[in-house]
Amino acid sequence: MSGLLKSPPGDRHRLPVLALVWMILLLCPFWIPYIGGYTSLGTRILVLGLAAMSLNFLIGFTGIVSFGHAAYFGLGVYGCGLILRYVTGSTPLGLVAGMLLGGLAGTAVGALITKRRGIYFAMVTIAFQQIFYFIAYKWNGLTGGFDGLRGFTRANLDLGFTTINIINNDYAFYYFVLFVFAIAVGIMGLVLRSPFGRTLLAIRENERRARFLGINIERHIWLAFTLSAFFISIAGGLYALLNNFADPSSLYTDLSGELVIMCVLGGIRVFWGPLLGAALYVVLQDYISSHTVNWMFFVGLIFVVVVMFFPRGLLGMLRRRSEA
Amino acid sequence: MLQLVLFNLFNGLIIGAFYVLVSLGLSMILNLSNVINFAHGNFLALGGYLAYVLIPYIGFWPSLLVAPLLTGVVGYLIEITMISRIYGRDPIYSLLLTFGLAFMLQDATRYIWGVNGLPLTVPDNLSAPLSQTYFFLNAYRLFLVGIVIVAVLGLFAFLRYSRMGMRIRAGILDLDTVSALGINVRRLRSLNFAFGIFLAGLAGVLAGGQIGLNPNMGDSLLLPSFVAIIVGGMGSLVGTLLGGLTIGVAAALTAVVWPAASDVVVYVIMAIVLLVRPRGFLGEEGMQ
Amino acid sequence: MVQRKSGGFGRRRVLQGAAAIGASQVAAPFIVPALGEVPVKIGFIDPLTGSLSIQAVSEVEGAKYAVAEINKKGGIMGRELQLLVEDSANDVGTGVEKIRKLIDKDHVNVTMGDVNSGIAYAISQVATQKGVLHIVPGGHTDPITGKACAWNVFRICNTTMMDAGAVTGLLIKKYGKKWFMISPDYAYGHSLKQSFQHYLTAAGGTFENVYMPIAASDFSATLIKARGYKPDVLINNMGGLAQIDLAKQFVQFGMNKEMGLGATLYELEEILAVPPAAQSGFASMEWWWNQPGVPFVKQFFDGIMTAYKKPASARHWFGYVGVHSVKLAVEKAKSLKGLDLARAMEGMELPPEVALQKKRVYYRAGDHELMPTIFAGEVHPPAKDSPYDVFTADILVDANKVLPLAETGCHMKFPA
Repeated sequence: MSGLLKSPPGDRHRLPVLALVWMILLLCPFWIPYIGGYTSLGTRILVLGLAAMSLNFLIGFTGIVSFGHAAYFGLGVYGCGLILRYVTGSTPLGLVAGMLLGGLAGTAVGALITKRRGIYFAMVTIAFQQIFYFIAYKWNGLTGGFDGLRGFTRANLDLGFTTINIINNDYAFYYFVLFVFAIAVGIMGLVLRSPFGRTLLAIRENERRARFLGINIERHIWLAFTLSAFFISIAGGLYALLNNFADPSSLYTDLSGELVIMCVLGGIRVFWGPLLGAALYVVLQDYISSHTVNWMFFVGLIFVVVVMFFPRGLLGMLRRRSEA
Repeated sequence: MLQLVLFNLFNGLIIGAFYVLVSLGLSMILNLSNVINFAHGNFLALGGYLAYVLIPYIGFWPSLLVAPLLTGVVGYLIEITMISRIYGRDPIYSLLLTFGLAFMLQDATRYIWGVNGLPLTVPDNLSAPLSQTYFFLNAYRLFLVGIVIVAVLGLFAFLRYSRMGMRIRAGILDLDTVSALGINVRRLRSLNFAFGIFLAGLAGVLAGGQIGLNPNMGDSLLLPSFVAIIVGGMGSLVGTLLGGLTIGVAAALTAVVWPAASDVVVYVIMAIVLLVRPRGFLGEEGMQ
Repeated sequence: MVQRKSGGFGRRRVLQGAAAIGASQVAAPFIVPALGEVPVKIGFIDPLTGSLSIQAVSEVEGAKYAVAEINKKGGIMGRELQLLVEDSANDVGTGVEKIRKLIDKDHVNVTMGDVNSGIAYAISQVATQKGVLHIVPGGHTDPITGKACAWNVFRICNTTMMDAGAVTGLLIKKYGKKWFMISPDYAYGHSLKQSFQHYLTAAGGTFENVYMPIAASDFSATLIKARGYKPDVLINNMGGLAQIDLAKQFVQFGMNKEMGLGATLYELEEILAVPPAAQSGFASMEWWWNQPGVPFVKQFFDGIMTAYKKPASARHWFGYVGVHSVKLAVEKAKSLKGLDLARAMEGMELPPEVALQKKRVYYRAGDHELMPTIFAGEVHPPAKDSPYDVFTADILVDANKVLPLAETGCHMKFPA
């Protein structure tokens, strides 16, 4: 599950890497203040990390670039928010609703675009994202339009025998998000290690050969796109819970680009890469935007520098070095 | 009602003309370099601002040509220093690179020329309304359509009859063969990129004359122009031309009956085209 | 004695505070920093990028100007005043994120913002949840101090009901009762449309309204529609760059020869950015730099001109008043607690050097809305020798009379 899925040296490191990652995540609320952070920043990183990992399921492990994945993230945000706002105050139901809305939309769009490849695939995903963006923006009555959807809050978790306060307790909410994150990431890892996941890797490595082997490429890409949309809309639902708020920028192109850069920054060929990328990007962006009005320039610079000088990402470089 | 429809039809053609200029440039770059240029809208703004700087010195008419040329030069420099280095890599890198460049260019524009919009002064004889009944037909808007027609005809003539144009067309069909014939593909791509940016710069000057300049002025044109390319068919410039006009007119006509949907209709058309005719109006089979 | 009890500015607390600083640097977020030689921090969120940046930049300049002025005179009760500015990028989600950061990480004492009504609305609610005093300098949507009013939220600029109430009569008198409105499609535009509708229909008028995206730049289709409606006046409810673009296209289509132009806000920044032909119509102004005979106004204008090479606008005044209100409230409450500050600000009157208006300016207790005088009058091209002289007030309106407390819909509740 460490992401070194095909190379034997990876399996050697698998358990120590897993232990390290989970240790860092479990203890996050305790160490993050020492580096100038705060708990809800940790939660944010976790949510965006899950989003980036979901996207990387497609980019890194199927070899298909979606540049419009904010659409399914954003639908997750709205699905969760709308349920909490209009239907029921149950946090888990909100998450499920978000997952269904984003996931099913992804399934539908995926069916239309699986024949396209490379840059053209990316372009079509961007265009579809715009449809969802405009719906959220224009449907004032339902979504609150530009101002966003307000008037809902995450509800405490009722476990039957006890209630967990995640409304006011930042720590409890962090661990709730970590719990959901763990389930999603666990399933993602299992899928990637399954025969289906191996087939995706085969498509990534050489689509033509995979086709000669009788693999139905379109169906596999569609399924991968669908799964990825389901995963990322879970992250979207968590995002709605984190902010108690949903707005159209959560399904805008800029976020799609940011999610892709998180993947690349951490390393697209490494399972945990996007999580590290998300952490770095969130912290950097946060820092830059409070120090200069011209933050956009420097954020753009991050993109350019990563592409020009660190195309393998941080973990990608590390791994290469350790294998050399 | 008929009058309203006619008004909007013409209005749609004007908006479509902008989509055409922007998407033709995007399409040229996409076809030969396999790069989606996210920064295209920012080059457009740059063209407008450069004209703003030039007009006091050389006047409007020369600026109409010089500002886009300078924009093309800036594009050329960016291509040879950055974009050309990632050809052949996974498309993800070109997407991210131009995405980042878009941020940087936009902010640089804002830093240099300020957050407030600036006016771009056009000659008086262009800005007068022609008639009170057909008030939307002012001289500048007719002029704008004229320039776009000239630019498009010029572009197609260039691609058809000039040596370089023929090489570009050949390169779109089969880059390897063109390269094997001893043509410097790298240079071809750089010049082609500069050409695409030139068109963006031209659109910027024209748009600036119509609605003034601001650092975000190209943003709203970029994504619909993607749609123009998809709808028209990847790989076909004539298709892009038709695509641009189609969505411009469709958006304007939708604005008559259902204003709130006029932004979405562009994308709905795209979804329908993808369902019914996935390769677009004139797209080559397999070029998708 | 009183001091020490209520807030902790006494000398002993200062010493304790100094000792606590060492500890707080190690484990900052877990320990609430003790009062002491710590600066007073205001977190200011405004859309420094995006279509409303013109106004945002002026507000932040006004706030910075006030901070410099206060610190030069010894700060707030001997403590330095710090202004932390964050860009909301004209995006509600970003604004919400920034205010959480300012409160959770930077531990600001007071928050301010935003020009964008939607963001102002959303972030003021976050501040309410966190129990922090929040001042809205320039977001006009009514519920902020109306139906959704909250104990910790105070607003400097007017509500749309106040502005529309001040100018509707004038517009009807000058142009007529058939209006075409173009409004931005978000909280501000929605409130403003309703407010105009309220006054116009009460006067027996008719109208049509079209919503456009907040950052729209091409209005040709809408203007075509507007012309077909043959209104007496076109109401330009857009803001910032969008308002400028709309005004320009209105003139390009020659529509200024057929109908009047009106607005609530047609601010100095925007008037100066449109061509002379569009410098026309009637609008309300929330503060005006040219008030002969009113003390301190000229000093403020000269100060802003020297500092930023710009004429002082209502937005400068909003930012300036916001920061000074914090100082006045802290000095009155002798505390930095949100609840104490909010109590202190209720009914608080601004001294003449901050009010910069002829009549009394105060925060109304029932809804926390600042009660100024509203200027309503004509927009015109500048006079020859005075480039900023682009507005002449016809009438001065008492805000408290246009919008009595009973009509705000606010039921103020303080936490027990």
